[in-house]
Amino acid sequence: MFDQFDPVVLARAQFAFTVSFHFIFPAFSIGLASYLMVLEALWLKTGRAVYLDLFRYWLKIFAVVFGMGVVSGVVMSYQFGTNWSVFSTKAGPIIGPLMAYEVLTAFFLEAGFLGVMLFGMNKVGRRLHFFATCMVALGTLISATWIISVNSWMQTPAGYAINAKGQFVPAGSWLPIIFNPSFPYRLVHTVIAAYLTTAFVVGGVGAWHLLKDRANAGARTMFSMAMWMAALVAPIQILAGDAHGLNTLEHQPAKVLAMEGDYQPSPNGAPLILFGLPNSAEARVDYEVSIPHLGSLILKHDPFASLPGLVDFPRENWPPVPIVFWSFRIMVALGFAMLGIGLWSLLARFRRKLYDWSWLHRAAIMMGPSGFVAVIAGWVTTEVGRQPFTVYGLLRTAESHSPLAAPAVAASLIAFVIVYFFAFGAGFYYLLRLMAKPPGSGEPPPPPMPQRAAGITPAPGVVAPAGAGR
Amino acid sequence: MASIDLTIFWAGIIGFAVMAYVVMDGFDLGIGILFPSLAVGDERDQAMNSIAPVWDGNETWLVLGGGGLFAAFPLAYGIILPATYPLMIAMLLGLVFRGVAFEFRWRDPRHRPLWDVAFCLGSFVAAFTQGVTLGAILQGIRVEQDAYAGGWLDWLSPFSLLTGIAVVIGYGLLGATWLIWKTEGSSQRHARRVTFWLALATLAALAAVSAATPFLAYDYWRRWFAMPGVLLTAQVPLLVAICAAALFWGLKREFERLPFVMALAIFLLGFVGLGISIYPYVVPRAVTIWDAAAPYSSQVFMLPGALVIIPIILAYTGWAYWVFRGKAGVHGYH
Repeated sequence: MFDQFDPVVLARAQFAFTVSFHFIFPAFSIGLASYLMVLEALWLKTGRAVYLDLFRYWLKIFAVVFGMGVVSGVVMSYQFGTNWSVFSTKAGPIIGPLMAYEVLTAFFLEAGFLGVMLFGMNKVGRRLHFFATCMVALGTLISATWIISVNSWMQTPAGYAINAKGQFVPAGSWLPIIFNPSFPYRLVHTVIAAYLTTAFVVGGVGAWHLLKDRANAGARTMFSMAMWMAALVAPIQILAGDAHGLNTLEHQPAKVLAMEGDYQPSPNGAPLILFGLPNSAEARVDYEVSIPHLGSLILKHDPFASLPGLVDFPRENWPPVPIVFWSFRIMVALGFAMLGIGLWSLLARFRRKLYDWSWLHRAAIMMGPSGFVAVIAGWVTTEVGRQPFTVYGLLRTAESHSPLAAPAVAASLIAFVIVYFFAFGAGFYYLLRLMAKPPGSGEPPPPPMPQRAAGITPAPGVVAPAGAGR
Repeated sequence: MASIDLTIFWAGIIGFAVMAYVVMDGFDLGIGILFPSLAVGDERDQAMNSIAPVWDGNETWLVLGGGGLFAAFPLAYGIILPATYPLMIAMLLGLVFRGVAFEFRWRDPRHRPLWDVAFCLGSFVAAFTQGVTLGAILQGIRVEQDAYAGGWLDWLSPFSLLTGIAVVIGYGLLGATWLIWKTEGSSQRHARRVTFWLALATLAALAAVSAATPFLAYDYWRRWFAMPGVLLTAQVPLLVAICAAALFWGLKREFERLPFVMALAIFLLGFVGLGISIYPYVVPRAVTIWDAAAPYSSQVFMLPGALVIIPIILAYTGWAYWVFRGKAGVHGYH
């Protein structure tokens, strides 16, 4: 019954679905791990109980998020082979080892420190516990570094040679492979995105509890911290995004032109198209609303600099323009909305009304999930913008897939959708329930129940006081 | 040549990861398979608690096996996974279900029956598809020009279904013997009863698979029965018989640990048997480990990671099992 579908499109949909779903969790847990580290450091430095309460409050949420990230990550380590076997065979000698390091790092981090962080406060003492928290935060960042390196290599391949079997193999040193041209920009942009995502979740939860009880010390502290992040980091992220865009223009000009909707070359400076309907068949943007010269000002830092158009590139190398065009706008709009919240909070803080302006709190609740939407939109922009290649300019997506049959791919795609919504839907429900509880004073540590999210974390044995077992 | 040594080294690491996965996740999948036979309440809670601290560590070996295969033998990864596509997807979905059930079962008592079903079904599907995958690899995969050249249901055969059932039964045995070791009271008595029947069924399944294997298209029988190799290979079934006898003896004498150790030994011997059948191929009769290996520089690049991190993981795993060496109570280890 699915024979009329193109199996490659189905395989791409499946990969996009599973990887987007997976990406939500690390985007949150990278930021949350660092946030927990900051909270514990503040507690150790100031001795104020509110920081310990917040640490324990968010630690419970971290455990669930990390667990779902691992479960959805297991799927990813097999999706490359099931759906993209030709890509796996050809690019495996390069990206396989990088991904193996990602897995080993995650392994190492779980094995060594997650258990202590989750359950070991009373067992190992404050200093060692703080060390474990720092190592978990560092581990999430190292994990991110490896996987962003893989992704960046697919966008801007470097340091490779091609062997007799048509495989990409290291030409010599691994350094140009790991530190390929787009890697530093992408890493910075992604990690800051994870921090902002977490900040807005924390801010949204804090605002929710402020609306109910303005005096709640935990809610006040987390809201204030989150708003500092929004005010300080959102502008940095916009600058980092700009730098990333310049890098992309240098290495993947067609992607940037699709993001901007620039079909035609602009020899005297490109406008910035705010809105419009990209029309690839006619190579123009219908109902265009644009600001003259601003496009060139942003991309070239010179309003009259010339920019090429998509028509300068062979049409078979164009990415699907409308998707990239729209996902890019969603990401940018959310980025500026985050900046807006940050500035609004600065104003409130300046007038000493940070905990009193309920409209600011309502807006912060609305923006609570904005980081996830922005992260997914940004991911879609960069991944769809890489099309029609898996290894940019070298290996086409149409030549990368497994020998697939449409019914198998369609059936598995449907199964993934159902199972993910059911399993992770329940996870989100439990997470929201944890977040709905106000942070209290004397917040209890994670209960000694078998809630090990991941890793070989010997929970009850470490925490359960003698005799608590039965 | 150094690169050949490294290929064998990596094949050993991945073989070890797969073996570690099979025996370790085997017993906790087995408990999921046995779950419907356990009484709601204490028996199920005890069983769940007995594996709660270790199951996810067990499962991470699957990621290491898959990720390692991708990194060290990309060609094999690119052939085996599309060839077993529906199996892999079903296995992953089963593991997702069962993994979140561990987490969510304790969050709301009203939802517990639902997550118990998810836990059992997910475990069964994961075990069965792993067994079918094994059969599919043994019976052979059509390879043309370094790529999978068959359809999406080629894996389906009476033989692969047989190996699927065999693995479900075998995991059930591992789970039941684990429960003898780790629980007490009615759970333990129940586990003793099912262990007897599961051990018989496992031996029957092992015999059936062994008897069917030489009838597959390849020359497996020659590896097993030709002189002088037979002097070595004959030790495998002999040792299986000894281990099985020890298992039944331990069961009768009500030893707590011996049945589990012997069940593990039978699995190890089965794995050695598979090694005899397959080596040096990764895809029987089509792709050897040297055909599939990543280039030398990739193998070298991964070496520090493997040599530093895998021993740490092993040490930590050992420590975790040591911490939880006692009996699992209704409320967790004590």
